[in-house]
Amino acid sequence: MNTALSAPSRQRTSTFHTWLHKEGSAYAFVFPYALLFLVFIVIPVVAAALLSLTYFDTIQFPRFIGLRNYIALITEDEIFMKYVLPNTITFAVIVGPGGYMLSFLLAWMLAQLPRGPRTILALILYSPSMTSGVTMAVVWQTLFSGDQNGYLNSFLLNLGVIQNPIQWLQSPQYLMPIMIVVTLWSSMGVGFLAMLAGILEINPELYEAAAIDGMSSRWQEIFYITIPSMKPQMLFGAVMSIVGTFQAGAIGVTLSGANPTPQYAGQLIVNHIEDYGFLRYEMGYAAAISVVLLLMVLFFSRLANRLFSSEE
Amino acid sequence: MRYRFLRKLRGLRNSGINPAGFHPSQIPFYLFLTPVVAFMLLPIIFIFSTAFKPAEELFAYPPRFFVVNPTFKNFVDLFTLMSVSDVPVSRYLFNSVVVTVVSVAASIVVSTTAAYALSKKRFKLKKTLFAVNTVALMFVPIAVTIPRFLIIARLGLIDSFAVHILPALAMPVGLFLLKQFIDIIPDEIIEAAQIDGASDVVIYWRIILPMIKPAIATIAILTFQATWNNADTSAMYINIESLKTFAFYLSTLSSTTAGSNTVAGQGMASAAALIMFLPNLIIFIILQSQVMSTMSHSGLKG
Repeated sequence: MNTALSAPSRQRTSTFHTWLHKEGSAYAFVFPYALLFLVFIVIPVVAAALLSLTYFDTIQFPRFIGLRNYIALITEDEIFMKYVLPNTITFAVIVGPGGYMLSFLLAWMLAQLPRGPRTILALILYSPSMTSGVTMAVVWQTLFSGDQNGYLNSFLLNLGVIQNPIQWLQSPQYLMPIMIVVTLWSSMGVGFLAMLAGILEINPELYEAAAIDGMSSRWQEIFYITIPSMKPQMLFGAVMSIVGTFQAGAIGVTLSGANPTPQYAGQLIVNHIEDYGFLRYEMGYAAAISVVLLLMVLFFSRLANRLFSSEE
Repeated sequence: MRYRFLRKLRGLRNSGINPAGFHPSQIPFYLFLTPVVAFMLLPIIFIFSTAFKPAEELFAYPPRFFVVNPTFKNFVDLFTLMSVSDVPVSRYLFNSVVVTVVSVAASIVVSTTAAYALSKKRFKLKKTLFAVNTVALMFVPIAVTIPRFLIIARLGLIDSFAVHILPALAMPVGLFLLKQFIDIIPDEIIEAAQIDGASDVVIYWRIILPMIKPAIATIAILTFQATWNNADTSAMYINIESLKTFAFYLSTLSSTTAGSNTVAGQGMASAAALIMFLPNLIIFIILQSQVMSTMSHSGLKG
């Protein structure tokens, strides 16, 4: 390997040939994916990091301004500090860990049932995650419609819980809870299936051995056998749930039909990016918010990594 | 004596993971799961029910959840009335079908070849590539909308069919699941083939692909969902109406600007929503057992 520097060029070409023979086909197999991955994932992330250090209005060439975007985000952006950040944290904490625990609990319960019912119930639980934002916009806007024709309004009026129809999707106090319920509804996705499969894969002898050793409660079983035996699936599920949570940010705008959302009640960090990027054309600033978002995702994933690391 | 009795009792209480049949100990699970499942199911039923509602039921007061006199009128309207832009709905649907079919096929090729190399080949960048891909599982595309837009514009992909397809092919989750699945194929099989003189292409085609069918089904589904349901690409990168997709058209129907207030608009949106959702459901039902077998190898080592 090190001979390449000192050896004559003929030998260098022959090292190239050995390389081509040994590794060339591997690179050929990887190349299409690696190229697309580079162009549509790696470069955008790097570009976001670079743009975040500039002032860029899409017309003039980006002008380097150092960390000023980040400083402005923390010190001057009142909307970010007052609405977007607290909203994002509330939303992420409930939907992230909440949705994650819910999907584990449901997966665990499903695993206690025979195959037939389990498959049907799992399909029903998974089906909401197959719906798309555009499909569900139609449904939610009808169900939560603000006049007395709305299904929720009509239902509650009938029960006598409310006296007048409520503008569910336009009122700041209801928008966020609805966003959370709707997102939880559609959160039983790939991670949920992975955890279900993980629970089913666990060797039954482990449970039998534990029972003989005197383990009697189901909770003990979950914490001492089930979860430790499927840490990799738990971690995969956690990463999927973190990504899903931050990815779901568009929901407030979809539901209320406006960006910014009414009185910023449903404004999440993702909407803030779009607000600055595509409505105000302050691309540098928007990129800085993107970087903050990516760092948040990374931070939470690291945390999950700590919890479910398989290397003892 | 007493202990044996206890163990018997325990056996009764706990029918265990993946039981063969019904057992009274499962009743509490059914009791808990039934309301949850019913809640999850309601909006799905609503999609079906509303699509077949005639106008008077769509706007009836009090509103009724289930359709009483089902009709196909909403679907007929959807395909006969022109959209605002004079592009027939069939054109959007055609675009969606082409984009989705090409994306799924291309995604299978691109991901399986890369996964094979990452799992079974030896090369310098292997570890780095897989590590970067694993970090990219955490990638949130929506966060880099802006640089992505700039890059796609710079590549001249605006208003091209390719822009629907190419970005969807870089799917870290797909590659990850495939690689994990190929990992369980014993190296001996591949070494034996190599001794017999099989080239990489032959090994990939004759040995790897037939053995990873469940994982292929899974990434087919994931790619399908990502492209079929995608309205953003049309909204952001496509200005030519006849190159936009059905998902985008649905988003214009449901937004308040394009006549969801009209009777026909609401009905058409409901019909379109069902057309959007149904293929997802059917494909998943067909392939669900394959997906589950892939998922058992989905573990992420921390």
